[in-house]
Amino acid sequence: MPDAPGLELIAHEINSRHEGAIVGTAFEHGQAVLLADPGLIRETLGFLRDEPAHAYRFLASVHGADYLPAAPRFAVHYELLNMPRVERLRVKALLADPGDDGLPELDSVVDLFPTADFQEREAHDFFGIVFRGHPDLRRILMPEDYVGWPQRRDFPIGGEPVIFTATEDTVPGWTR
Amino acid sequence: MNPTTRAPDYADTVRTPEELGRDAIGRTEAQVIGTSPIERTAIEREEELFTINMGPHHPATHGVLRLLVSLEGEVVRDLKPVMGYVHTGIEKSCEDKSYWKAIPFIERMDYLAYYSNMAAFCGAAETLLDLEIPPRAAWLRILHLELNRIHSHLVGLGTSALDLGAISMFWYCFRERDTILDLFEMSSGQRMHTRYFQVGGVAEDIPVGFARKVREFCALMPGRIAEYEALLDHNEIFLQRMKDVGIVPRERLLELGVTGPLLRAAGEPWDLRKVEHALPYADFEFDVPIGTVGDNWDRYRVRLAEMRESVRIIEQAVDGLPEGSWIADERHVVLPPRHELATSMEALIQHFKLVTEGFRVPPGEAYFPVEGPRGEYGVFLVADGSAKPARVHMRDPSFVNLQALREMCVGGYVADLIANLAMLDPILGGIDR
Amino acid sequence: MEVERTKLRGLSPLDRPRSPAELRVRQLRARDMLRGDLEGADLDEYVESRVLTTTLERAQSWARGNSLFPATFGLACCAIEMMSMVSARYDTSRFGAEVFRASPRQADMLILSGRVSIKMAPVVRRIYDQMLEPKWVLSMGACSSSGGMFANYAVVQGADKFLPVDIHIPGCPPRPEALIYGILKLQRKVFGDPDLGWRERYRAGGTEEGRRPWKAGALPVERVGSAPAAGIVTGHGQPGAAQLDAPVGHPQLTGHEARDAYEEAEEDEPAAGPRPAVGWRDDA
Repeated sequence: MPDAPGLELIAHEINSRHEGAIVGTAFEHGQAVLLADPGLIRETLGFLRDEPAHAYRFLASVHGADYLPAAPRFAVHYELLNMPRVERLRVKALLADPGDDGLPELDSVVDLFPTADFQEREAHDFFGIVFRGHPDLRRILMPEDYVGWPQRRDFPIGGEPVIFTATEDTVPGWTR
Repeated sequence: MNPTTRAPDYADTVRTPEELGRDAIGRTEAQVIGTSPIERTAIEREEELFTINMGPHHPATHGVLRLLVSLEGEVVRDLKPVMGYVHTGIEKSCEDKSYWKAIPFIERMDYLAYYSNMAAFCGAAETLLDLEIPPRAAWLRILHLELNRIHSHLVGLGTSALDLGAISMFWYCFRERDTILDLFEMSSGQRMHTRYFQVGGVAEDIPVGFARKVREFCALMPGRIAEYEALLDHNEIFLQRMKDVGIVPRERLLELGVTGPLLRAAGEPWDLRKVEHALPYADFEFDVPIGTVGDNWDRYRVRLAEMRESVRIIEQAVDGLPEGSWIADERHVVLPPRHELATSMEALIQHFKLVTEGFRVPPGEAYFPVEGPRGEYGVFLVADGSAKPARVHMRDPSFVNLQALREMCVGGYVADLIANLAMLDPILGGIDR
Repeated sequence: MEVERTKLRGLSPLDRPRSPAELRVRQLRARDMLRGDLEGADLDEYVESRVLTTTLERAQSWARGNSLFPATFGLACCAIEMMSMVSARYDTSRFGAEVFRASPRQADMLILSGRVSIKMAPVVRRIYDQMLEPKWVLSMGACSSSGGMFANYAVVQGADKFLPVDIHIPGCPPRPEALIYGILKLQRKVFGDPDLGWRERYRAGGTEEGRRPWKAGALPVERVGSAPAAGIVTGHGQPGAAQLDAPVGHPQLTGHEARDAYEEAEEDEPAAGPRPAVGWRDDA
């Protein structure tokens, strides 16, 4: 992991190259996080990958998350790894919820990191995040005709209620 | 986004879906098919390509993986995995459970590496809690993680050999697997999905006689591995189906995010046990076996060598097991000891609170990777301050490694597809989660 | 059925003759029998000592129960324990159920070993329909019996929502011994030759393949990438639940109509829209 001052230096360096690409940093539990502007996520990741001083060339994981009560509702996390130095760095792109009229959008990084292919499809499948420029953005785990984004926090967990004695009158038709 | 705001150095790397969709290693159609008129006429007739559907019910797909394979004669020209047939919604279910009740869900993701799943999840929760586990717990975790690695490689080896027609390997591998499962049963009471690791340590100390049985197993196992080698290493059929099949260069594997034995077989000595020090692997003496060519033969040899190294680690773990508590003395997280429940009211209340409500984790995010049998198992955990996780994501190596299958298979024979898939060793529960 | 295990009196064909003279005596008696020379009490004694009578149905179910062929069909964690059921320690071939068959046509027992997701349920049902009668289903483990711990959007809450299950085996996963016990219970059921009228509830009376509307050889292959690029398609989201009300099988089109519908659907590909009436999935 880069330490906290190192993280600030990285953020400053990216911001001097691409204005406004990094909107903040966080350093908690020994893990470094860069808060990135989703519009410039390709520039940020491309810089971290190609700049010889950083060279985070391995993308360990891409995943989405839904922070429902929070204001920028969605986030996509990129877990970067520099193998020779064994340094991990998380880039977090916060995405606002466009509401009913659309889906949150973000540029795909499949051509920078081919490993993002399946994982971006997974984030799309579960959270409805659209990755612009992804070669094959379809549902990956749910059936292709499924409606809804099942891992959003406002999506019901589903399943069937288990009926206990205490709850049986809440189940319609059970006590009739 | 407005394209004019994009910096020029990456704007030209954006490729259209058509350009990207042709070939995963970026070759154009002309490079794949060739440009001479004879070659093109042979390929361009559409009906020459025959698309078959393999799975989701197929004996050689190691589960319910479905592959759409485009064949030209017997040569694989394209391959598209379709998955999700055991998608279980575990990540969503975990958000509905308190932390220590989420552990059994996490275990059932990759159902051959349940200790790795647990270790990653508990490690992430401990990172958020800033909790240090006692040395005995850490050593017990390592002991069980390595037993689990041998177990997983044994099942993978047995079923792989079965797919290639060597049924006797299946019997031998499952014989040793049952020995390991007996050990798991002894320490936790279950054969599979033991829920042995807890946030703060392990669930229970090892019982009397466990160490002796582990030593017996360690004495037995190298001889058994030699038996497997005697069966397979000079088997001409096995050699021909393994050697120089499914080679993917190391750089390409790194681009695809492949970890674990697949990456090490291609010559990259990347092993989280050596570099990440969340678990005290630094106290152990072991080697990281790597391959040279990166074909299926190397993958098989790396797995066998890893089993030997795991036996070494287990021996050291059971010999040098530190004395002390097997779980951290943090009463706000850890259940009070059983004997206190009969005498102490506070312990009883604490037990009741922990069991019904669970412990609270301060808000934060953590990513915790663990080297499992198939590569990097990483849990990304978001806590919102309540007793239930806000988001649990498992970075499963099977899911990521599966992207390499296409490159292993395209251009080879359809029979090699079976060998490649067997040596990729995907676990569909981990892929679909 | 109950098999008489008592030692038959007299000269059983299972007894080895103790001397050459005894063998000769047996041969002569058998020759007399074949010639029709044995009569009265002699004939009765000869038949009683050699012949076991039963009904054809009972003999048939005895043979069926002792040679159950499971389908090679693993879903999740339980599949690993299902594999260890055939391993050397547990050795289910003692009970005649070790011959795993890769094709559902050759299998007569489907072991649902693991959780059934809503994406897998139509496939499982299709495999079940492809099996020939008589067929039996074992639901192994909590997930396929009731959904188990996974009460969420992705898992069908019990496989008996869409196919008839004969035996439920508890456990997560069940031990191989438990699975073998379940198979023994199933053997009991097969020996009893039960009336399977209850399967009508699941419309599982026979093999559904005969009702296929198209001719042989025209099996449509699902197209890759038929969904629009954005991945938003219309359709019902819960096939597991919706399937219960929908009739199983395909609309009864005549061969000509179906052929037209199929060709039409093929021309339309890969346009977005609802699936054509003739699809590979049973819920189409």
